[in-house]
Amino acid sequence: MDSKPEPNVSRRQFLRDGARAAALTGLGGLLGVVAGRATAKGAVWQIDPQKCVRCGNCATNCVLEQSAVKCVHSFAICGYCQLCTGYFDPEPNDLNTGAENCLCPTSAIKRTFVEDPYYEYTIDEQLCIGCAKCVEGCNRFGNGSLFLQVRHDRCVNCNECAISKVCAGDAFRRVPADQPYLLKTTIHGT
Amino acid sequence: MRPEVRSPKSEVQSATAGLWSGLVWMLGPLLFFAFLSSIAIAEQRFPPPEFESGHQLPVTTTPAARALFFQYLDVVVLAVCLGVSSWLVFKRRSRNGVMALSIFSLVYFGFWRKGCVCAIGSVQNVALAVFDREYAVPVGVVAFFVLPLVFALFAGRTFCAGVCPHGALQDLVLLKPLKVPLWLEQGLSVLPYIYLGAGVLFAATGSAFIICQYDPFVPIFRMSGRTLMVLSGVALLLLGVFVGRPYCRFLCPYGALLKLGATVAKWRVRVTPDYCTQCRLCEASCPFGAMREPATGGASPQALTGDRRRLALLLALLPVLIAGGGWLGWRFGPVASKLNPTVSLAEQFVRAQGTALKFGALSPDELALERARQTPQEILTEAGRIRERFVAAATIFGMWVGLVIGVKLISLSLRRKRTDYEPDRGDCFACARCFEYCPNELVRRGMMPAANLQPAKALNE
Repeated sequence: MDSKPEPNVSRRQFLRDGARAAALTGLGGLLGVVAGRATAKGAVWQIDPQKCVRCGNCATNCVLEQSAVKCVHSFAICGYCQLCTGYFDPEPNDLNTGAENCLCPTSAIKRTFVEDPYYEYTIDEQLCIGCAKCVEGCNRFGNGSLFLQVRHDRCVNCNECAISKVCAGDAFRRVPADQPYLLKTTIHGT
Repeated sequence: MRPEVRSPKSEVQSATAGLWSGLVWMLGPLLFFAFLSSIAIAEQRFPPPEFESGHQLPVTTTPAARALFFQYLDVVVLAVCLGVSSWLVFKRRSRNGVMALSIFSLVYFGFWRKGCVCAIGSVQNVALAVFDREYAVPVGVVAFFVLPLVFALFAGRTFCAGVCPHGALQDLVLLKPLKVPLWLEQGLSVLPYIYLGAGVLFAATGSAFIICQYDPFVPIFRMSGRTLMVLSGVALLLLGVFVGRPYCRFLCPYGALLKLGATVAKWRVRVTPDYCTQCRLCEASCPFGAMREPATGGASPQALTGDRRRLALLLALLPVLIAGGGWLGWRFGPVASKLNPTVSLAEQFVRAQGTALKFGALSPDELALERARQTPQEILTEAGRIRERFVAAATIFGMWVGLVIGVKLISLSLRRKRTDYEPDRGDCFACARCFEYCPNELVRRGMMPAANLQPAKALNE
């Protein structure tokens, strides 16, 4: 055995080279399969407002201290109601801005008088926690102009959105990063 | 009996039908267009006002997502870091350099990018993309999956050395390395492969990204997260003070892939820059248990028969292990499939069938059932289809677990021939710690006169 000259390539080396070539080929094949389904645009998470069941999971399940999900308002749909069911408690003592009359637990909705009998409602995103209480009220008895959206100035775009795992309505989905919102619009598209 | 699951929208439509019937004729084409677009809503109970004061409607703000440019910047930084890491390990042979790179990676990929996107999780995106035609995987994520693997096939685990923020974090807290007993080390080293299989199983069936969900360090990078994961991250870091890189060695599923790649790598990390003097100074230098002693490769004639018999037994055991694992996977697949959201929704629906109507506030899951836009039949059919696929995948996963354990047992009873002290190809993280233990390296760096060394020939004679 000892008298045998050392070959240029040992058996072990040959096997290793072969395995490496096979691994590279396999990786290339995998790339080929995946390439057809890849998107150059990137993807972000968003809530489909039509599927949202207003369960309140968004407020508590985001990995961020303050959820990246906020309530947004499509003003074109809003009826500017005086008795806004997204703003007032179902049985308010009085129709004023007193906290005991309001739905929002953080008083993130600002109510401003526009003209008789119309009031405008705007969301203060610093205060909104995405609990969907107002969304529920607005959808149940109003026009549904209030709805939840992932705000991309806050979202850290986790590979697996923690809220999407517990979303009761399965409303979370990945959308192209260049069109990151699923806003409700009127039939005129405004 | 619980009423059929139906959309609240249908109630709305019937209530407002009279109001709309006239308008429908006028707005017919527009309504049809709205029907095509799922986002637009047609019915408004209260018509928006026409302001006499000329009030302008505010515009709903839409803060943009992170610019696409940054996604590609991440890939470029990754590629550059991999190159720099390989250069530092193979050319410069500099531990300080690797450490500096680790700090950079920790800051960039860890604390600035908040641990997302990462190569460890990308395995799941790729697995989902292979099995789900509708899932569009971002190109950047694919690059994060492929680049470190390609580097591993040529230069070993230089990704682990100083590019991966998880590795960097653990490497930097390692203060007092203890030696893990060999039996424990070998036993735990199968876990990454099993975790990898489980991650692919749940991702490929569209159920969950468990590798991301149970990542211990991303909550630390983000400084927020689920309590359980924050605590386990802190616990792993505390353990990491004494046990070198516990996550990398005994859990990391991507590390398992890199390890496979590194075993067939073109270039390997060597302790000595030129030749080994067998001085044994590097013997205990590796805090990760990757250093291997010289071995003759042969057994004493007495032990040979026993060794051969054991190897033959293990080879015969391998198919049994695979079959047993497959059976277990098939047996427990239906239980595990409840992690899939659709399957769990269907389960709840079936459970709710028998119970009386409930009053009071509904739980989120009950809300989902009440307001689902699918009919129960659709959900049940879909859940059945997913469960079937899941059980098949779980069977394959079980076979994989059997294979991993079997191969590990076989590899333990093989003898390897080794002439020098060398780091194990697969286990070595290329952290460059052992280099400075080698007297030859000290000579190379000019920290020791060459005359102090015996030439290699003298050693062999």
